[in-house]
Amino acid sequence: MRAAGPAGATSDLDHPEAYRLTWRDRARQRGLTPTLWLVAPGVVFMIVFFVYPLCYGVGLSLQGTGGWFSAYRDFFANRLVNDHGSRESILITLELALAASIVNVALAVPVAYRMRGTVRAKRTIMAVVLVPMTLGTVFVASAMKEFLGPSGWLNRALLHTGVVDQPLQLVGNFTGVLLSLVFTGLPFAFLLMVGYTSGIDPSLVQAAAVCGARPAQRFWLVTFPLLLPGMTITFCLSFVLAFGVFPSATLVGNDAGPTRVLSKIAYTEYSYGRYPTASAAAVVMAVVQLAVLGLVLWGRGLLHRGPTTGGKG
Amino acid sequence: MTGRGSGGGALRIRALRREFGSFAALEGLDLDVPAGEFVALLGPSGCGKSTALNLLAGLLEPTTGTVSLDGRRIDRLPPEKRGIGMVFQNYALFPHLTVADNVAFGLRMRGCPKPERAERVRRSLDLVRLRAQADRYPRQLSGGQQQRVAIARAVVVEPRLVLMDEPLSNLDASLRLDLRTEIRALHQQLGLTTIYVTHDQAEALSLADRLVVLRDGTVQQVGTPAEVYERPANAFVAGFVGYRNSVPGELAAGVFDAGPLVLRVGGTGSTPPDGGRVVAMIRPEDLLITREPATGAGNEVPVDVRVCEYQGRSFAVEGTGPGGRVLHGRSDQPVRPGERAVAVVAPDRIRVFAAPEEGARAGGAALLAGREPS
Repeated sequence: MRAAGPAGATSDLDHPEAYRLTWRDRARQRGLTPTLWLVAPGVVFMIVFFVYPLCYGVGLSLQGTGGWFSAYRDFFANRLVNDHGSRESILITLELALAASIVNVALAVPVAYRMRGTVRAKRTIMAVVLVPMTLGTVFVASAMKEFLGPSGWLNRALLHTGVVDQPLQLVGNFTGVLLSLVFTGLPFAFLLMVGYTSGIDPSLVQAAAVCGARPAQRFWLVTFPLLLPGMTITFCLSFVLAFGVFPSATLVGNDAGPTRVLSKIAYTEYSYGRYPTASAAAVVMAVVQLAVLGLVLWGRGLLHRGPTTGGKG
Repeated sequence: MTGRGSGGGALRIRALRREFGSFAALEGLDLDVPAGEFVALLGPSGCGKSTALNLLAGLLEPTTGTVSLDGRRIDRLPPEKRGIGMVFQNYALFPHLTVADNVAFGLRMRGCPKPERAERVRRSLDLVRLRAQADRYPRQLSGGQQQRVAIARAVVVEPRLVLMDEPLSNLDASLRLDLRTEIRALHQQLGLTTIYVTHDQAEALSLADRLVVLRDGTVQQVGTPAEVYERPANAFVAGFVGYRNSVPGELAAGVFDAGPLVLRVGGTGSTPPDGGRVVAMIRPEDLLITREPATGAGNEVPVDVRVCEYQGRSFAVEGTGPGGRVLHGRSDQPVRPGERAVAVVAPDRIRVFAAPEEGARAGGAALLAGREPS
């Protein structure tokens, strides 16, 4: 206690009073320094744009016409305006988001694994992979609609070369939305995975090789377990991105049928001025999303979460 | 690991060469290692010693040359088919596996049945005194323990050849000494053929049966530690094994002449070049800095003391000799900076080598190399 010298101590070192701690010193010892004020804008932002709207939305969802939970009852009983099955759309959204994030992670891992270390034309490959991220979802969706449509380039090329005799149905359905989600989400997943793959010490793979592991064994027994935590995080972020999908579901999908996602339902309800049911749809969406994330992160707790290097670097 | 001298294969390396682009990291290594021998590849960083080790491990492809182990060509085999054990500088333990699973990894890859695997893992953990830590994860161990696990992992498969890539250089000084002794004891116990790469001459001298001194990818000298230490083949090797003083000059009729500095040399043991440009090299231990020299003890050179370091039994002194040449010597009593003293060196303690082609620069390089941590 005596060691901490407040500003007054320098003038009068011999006086015992000078060693008494002020409230400022105590605060500093607990880590409360003036730099903490830097957090303030973020906190204000969180409260104004996240906490308040969240509470407001949840409150709104409880103000249905027929009592506290009537909006939820309407949602689950498929009693919404312009109804195409709101209960079913939970599954549709889940399927889309899960499929997209699984495909994203599955495609990103091998590419990212190949890209660690020195690779020829690495910058070019990175640029090509990352360009789709700079394009907006609406732009990508409308471009895909043209390109993959029944009279788009792809189908015409396939028809002309005789690969198919009927145009492939790639838009206006689940496949179209999935392709669009992969197209926009893959660069993101790839960027994340590059960070994780290059964090794995290359000498671990060499050590495995010297120990007698064949290339496939090296991957499955050493690299893969060390990548799994990173893969789950990448999966979660891809999932969050894909779960809120709205533009591509409307543009390249068919939002009155097979790709009627939850965000579309909420949007429709809002546009009819039915705020409680719209909020209920949004809350259902958040709960489903959190449930999936919770499940994945709980599973991650069972995995190795330590370092990905084999000692001192 | 059943007893002394059981394991180990005979290694034969012929004209092994590796180029990176136009740069030859290793040019033409020839080496025969009989079964059970411990060979150290010694040299400064960038001398090609790690390249050589990676070529033996199969982590690099040789440009030309052959490697055979027990008469079987292995130089084109992938690492997993070579049947070797390797210890890495950064330990390279699998962080997601326990100590026991790390050690068992190689046995698993070889399809060793489970009960036998457990028994062998236990025995090799006993060998490095880490049995109690078997169920821990590498991150829970200290650096020295981690490297002992790595050693256990390398020897548990009873490899024909063990490769060690500067295994001690990430450890602090006292641990390094302990583990060095442990590696030596382990080798005496198991008799595994071992190639050990290091830049530390003390490590190489104390561990190895034979040394290979490398520089810029070429072999400078091959010999037992005593041969290399006492009869270095050239100025570079001498600089590397502790001849810290190097003075360029001329040799004529047993007298070394470097302008203001003239030394009698004789009985050097190495074959001194007949005249012409040479370097004279002296160990600091053989250069006694004193205030009043005993008469007839050898060459006497006046020195102005610059630095005097206490080193327990004696003092390490750095001073300036004739012609402003920096000399390193030792002293039995403390001397003060700025003091004028005399450096005494016996003629037979001076080694004279032909001057390296690069002239003064190489002398400097040798000096630098001699200063690497020991």
